[in-house]
Parts: sequence; C-alpha cells; structure tokens
Amino acid sequence: MFLLAGGIQREREMRIRNTLLASAAILCAAMPFSASADTSDKRIALSNNYAGNSWRQAMLTSWDKVTGEAVEAGTVAAADAFTTAENQVTEQAAQIQNLILQGYDAIVLNAASPEGLNGAVKEACDAGITVVSFDGIVTEPCAWRIAVDFHEMGRSQIEYLAGRLPDGGNLLEIRGLAGVFVDDEISAGIHDGVEAYPQFKIVGSVHGDWAQDVAQKAVAGILPSLPEIDAVVTQGGDGYGAAQAFAATDREMPIIIMGNRHDELTWWKEQKDANGYETMSVSIAPGVSTLAFWVAQQILDGKDVPKDLTVPFLRIDQDNLEENLENTEAGGVANVEYSQEDALEVINAAM
Amino acid sequence: MNLRPSSDTIRLIVPALSLASLLAAVFWLQPRAMSYVGLNLLFNLAVPIALATIAQMLIMAVNNLDLSMGAFVSFAACVAATFLHDNPPLGVLILLAAIAVYALLGVIIHLRDLPSIVVTLGMSFVWTGLAVLLLPAPGGHAPEWARWLMTAKPPLMPMAIVASIVIALLAHFIVMRSSFGVLVRGVGGNERSVERAGWSALVARAGAYGLAGAFAVAAGIALVGLTTSADANIALRYTLLSIAGVILGGGEFVGGRVSPIGAVIGALTLTLAGSFLSFLRISPDWQIGAQGAILIIVLALRLFLNRIESRERRR
Repeated sequence: MFLLAGGIQREREMRIRNTLLASAAILCAAMPFSASADTSDKRIALSNNYAGNSWRQAMLTSWDKVTGEAVEAGTVAAADAFTTAENQVTEQAAQIQNLILQGYDAIVLNAASPEGLNGAVKEACDAGITVVSFDGIVTEPCAWRIAVDFHEMGRSQIEYLAGRLPDGGNLLEIRGLAGVFVDDEISAGIHDGVEAYPQFKIVGSVHGDWAQDVAQKAVAGILPSLPEIDAVVTQGGDGYGAAQAFAATDREMPIIIMGNRHDELTWWKEQKDANGYETMSVSIAPGVSTLAFWVAQQILDGKDVPKDLTVPFLRIDQDNLEENLENTEAGGVANVEYSQEDALEVINAAM
Repeated sequence: MNLRPSSDTIRLIVPALSLASLLAAVFWLQPRAMSYVGLNLLFNLAVPIALATIAQMLIMAVNNLDLSMGAFVSFAACVAATFLHDNPPLGVLILLAAIAVYALLGVIIHLRDLPSIVVTLGMSFVWTGLAVLLLPAPGGHAPEWARWLMTAKPPLMPMAIVASIVIALLAHFIVMRSSFGVLVRGVGGNERSVERAGWSALVARAGAYGLAGAFAVAAGIALVGLTTSADANIALRYTLLSIAGVILGGGEFVGGRVSPIGAVIGALTLTLAGSFLSFLRISPDWQIGAQGAILIIVLALRLFLNRIESRERRR
C-alpha cells in the first residue's frame, strides 16, 4: 500500500516537474518578446505650453499625424496632446499632475520653464512615469532631455561658408532677439566658427529679432557703413529681410544662410532659377515632437537611453530645396517628421 | 429653537456643495484620483492659491481690491528661491520689509483716500520689476524646509488637504473670531461707525494689508516649495484666481462680507475645475471659457440663494 502510494506520489511529482520545466521553457522563449517591442498597451501624453505660432502649430500637426499612425499600427495604445490655455508655469504644472492622475505611462513635454516644472516632473517620475522633454527642456535629473544644439547651429554655418569661400571674406551677422538665451548660443557658435576659420571676419552685427521686416530695416541701416560683404550669417526668420535689403542696393548679393522659413526658401528658389544662386538653410523642424514621441516609446520599450539627446538639424541644400519647399506651407517652416529608426539613430549617436 | 440655518451657513453651503459635486465628477471621470496620492496631486497646487485667496480676501474685507496679488506672490516666490535659500536671515528681512510695504500701502490708501485698484495696479509693476531684477531668467532653488513642508506625507490625509484645513481654520480664527477680525470687517461694513465707536480705521486697514502681505508671502514660499524654483511671472494668474476664489467662496466686493473657509473652498474649487476640464478632454481653446462658465454658474446659484435669503428676511 505504502509503496504504491509512494509510486503515485513520485509520478505526480514527476509530472508537475515536467510541466514546470515545459512552462519555464515557454517562458524563456517568450522572454525576448516581452522584454522588447511591447508598448502596445502604453499611453503617451504630450504636454505643451503654447500653441500660438506657426512653429508650434506645425509641431502639434506633426504629433497628431505620426502618433495617429503609431496608435493605428498598435505600437502604443494612445498618444494624446494637451496644450495649456495660457503659457503659465503653474498651469502646466497642474496639467502634468492631471496627466499623472490619468495614468499615462510617459509624458512628452515642451516646458514653459526649464526650472519651474521640476516639482511636477519629480511627482511624475516618482509615480513611475517616463518624462521626455524637448525644445523647452526641464532640468530635473529624472527627465530625459532632447535639446537643440544652438551653438552647433551657428558653428555649422561658418563651416559651410568655409567650403564655399576657401579664401574667406567679410561676414555680416544678423542676431536674434537681444537677451534671449537662444540668441546668445547661436551667436557664440558663429563666433567660435570664425575663430576656427580665421579667414572670415565679422565686420558688422545687427539684431533682426528673427523677423524679416526687422532684419530688413536693420541690415538696410548698417549696410552703407560696411565694406563689401561676402556672406550673411543668420539665425532663421531673418534671411529674406536681409536679401531684400541687399537687393535695394547696387551691391552684389552675398551668400545668405537661410532658416527654413517659407519666404526664405521661395526667394532662394527664385534666385536659383534666375542666376544659379547657391546657399544652404538650417533650422529645427517642428516635427521634433515626433522624435520625442519615439524616444519615449523606446524608453517604455525598455531601451537604455542616455538622459541627454540632441535634436538633429533640418538642413536644406541646393539639391533638396525644391522638395522641401514643396512640403512647406506658405508662412510656415520646413518640417520633417521623424520615424522610429530616426529616433534609434539619435539615441545611438548619444551612447 | 431656530432650526433654520443662518445666512452665514447658507453662504458656506453653496461653495461647499460646488466643491463636493465637482469632486464627485472628477472621481467618476478618473477613479485613480480617489487615493492619497491622487488627492495630493489634485490639490497641492491649490495650497498657494488658497493662501493668495485669503490675502485677497483680507483686502476685500476692507472694501479694497488688490490687483498686484499675482505680481507680489511672484516676487515673494523669487525672494524665496534666491535669498531665502542662499542667505536665510537676509531673505526673511526682505520678506518682512515687503509685508511692511503692504501695510504702508494700506496707510497711504486710507490717508489719501486713493482708489486701491489704481495703487495696487501700479504696485504690480513695481513687484514684477523687482522680481525680474532678482531672477532675470527662471531659476533659483527652493529652501529645503519649504520643499520638505510641501512634499511631506502626513498619515491619513495628504499634505494638500491638511494645509488647506490649517489655512482655513487659521484665517477663520483671525477674521471671524478675533477682535482684530471684527474690526477689519467693521471697516468694510461701515467705516464711519467704526471710527465713531472710537476705533482707528487706519490701524485696521494697515493691519489688513499687512496680514494680506504675510499670507501672500506664504503663498510665494508654498509655490516655490512645490515648483522647486521660480521665475518672475510664475504667479501672474493668481490676481484673478484669488479674486474669483473669494467670490466663489461666498465673499462680496463690498460690505466686509467675507468667509475665510469659503475662500479656501473657492480656491480648491477653481483648481479642481481646471483638472475637471482637462479630464473631460476639452480643447484648450475652450478651457478658459469653460472655467468662466463654471464661475458664472456658481455665482448664479449664489444670487438665487441670496434672493431666497432676503425674501425670508422680509417675511
């Protein structure tokens, strides 16, 4: 009796062990899948502080387009955009706290202030939420930052000019809005570039406030006092105004770096068709919101992503001008939407 | 025995009911909010607004209006994020001086019989200017203790609720129970008879302004405790929010009729209204309008009850 019972017992143990082993094997086989590529039940929110200009509007449109496709494809469960009614820190902090309550897995953030939202961002991190800030980044260490390297944006202009004008020449610098951090950064980059390529000399500098009418007035005002200008370095939004100011004189048209605005690209195209005018254009695409979306998706996917990433520039050259101009709506900025592969590329570049 | 609720109770019932119904709606929309953490997230940004609302209420109790509330709270927040963090004694000194300036404003407004709206509107530029001087770019650090206070996790109730109750009770005691409070409300109700009775309306007004300054300073510190840093425009919305909070909570622009507990409830309601609209997924273009609509509905309810109240009195 005892023996028999022991046999049955042993047999049952064996069977259980086998079942366990089998399920362990299945688990192992399934592991790679669950560790990656499963964000289909994750919900991502965009917290945006401001929507009152064409850049931000394009940013939101890009978000809707790319995340809409991602939701349809089942990559994520939801990707909702929230914009605060007034561009206020306290309001956006409340918005972030509401998003925490709504149970989002990640918050993609264009912040009203680099510091003022840190309390709310910390609350989100403590709740286990991934926070990815872009454009308007936050300094809270637990959040990811996709920052624009404005310094490099200035430096790359000089680098391009060094290729075009190996002998160097005189530069006119058009700056942005005085006292704004972006203006200081781009300008510092331009000046560092000039130091690296000493054949260039900045002979004049005006503030164009990133607006073509202001830039035109400022350039027209300073031109009579300047020697021959070989190139104009800009910050975006001011290239067309500078071109108009030069066109009004009998000076030869210098190489004017453009900033991806529709009016700039249109003018460039006209000149290119008329006399083969050659330049380049560089700025940040509003579609950077979609890059932030994919980065957030990758982090949710379990990928090890460095906390500080850099936004790639959208650079337009002579040969892809027409294509970009076509995709830019009148009064807007050239845009590009990022894909998951683009995001991976940016992440790997920062590793 | 009188079983009919007093008019003060009715005054308090409307805001309390609006808060309760809004809270119920939020819980229904977002069950996750019905927790310790959830309640804290819903209400922690209401704490500085509640403090600013009490400050505004004190000014409104003496028949004045403070249009510099947002600018002053921003200034206090900037001081808290800079001097109070780096050099506490100096920071305290600056904040005390700011409170003294507030009391002085009360004196000037009283003596020269100036319209408070004009004086405070002017002062709002002074405060903003000073705040920009302190912090030209967003930055600074919250004092450790302020951060600790605002992120503390007391047992049973989240900090936001505890703080709101403490603020409401403290203000209730000062305004409704102390003789100073009676004097302040008396100045708002009938300044002349207060003076005829031998009290100094000047002292009352200066005191009300000074106390308002103190509450506004507390609002600035609480705000920095939550955000961890400040900028010069951080609290600009507080001017209108604080006025709306007082009115929502049963206060009136004239006559010294104010309710501290109601004011705190009003501030909580305003904050909650924002979350409610956000949970409803109303587009931001409509949110400000919808927030206004909530205000109007509550005020209409108030007027309706006021009418019932006065009809009963006539009977």
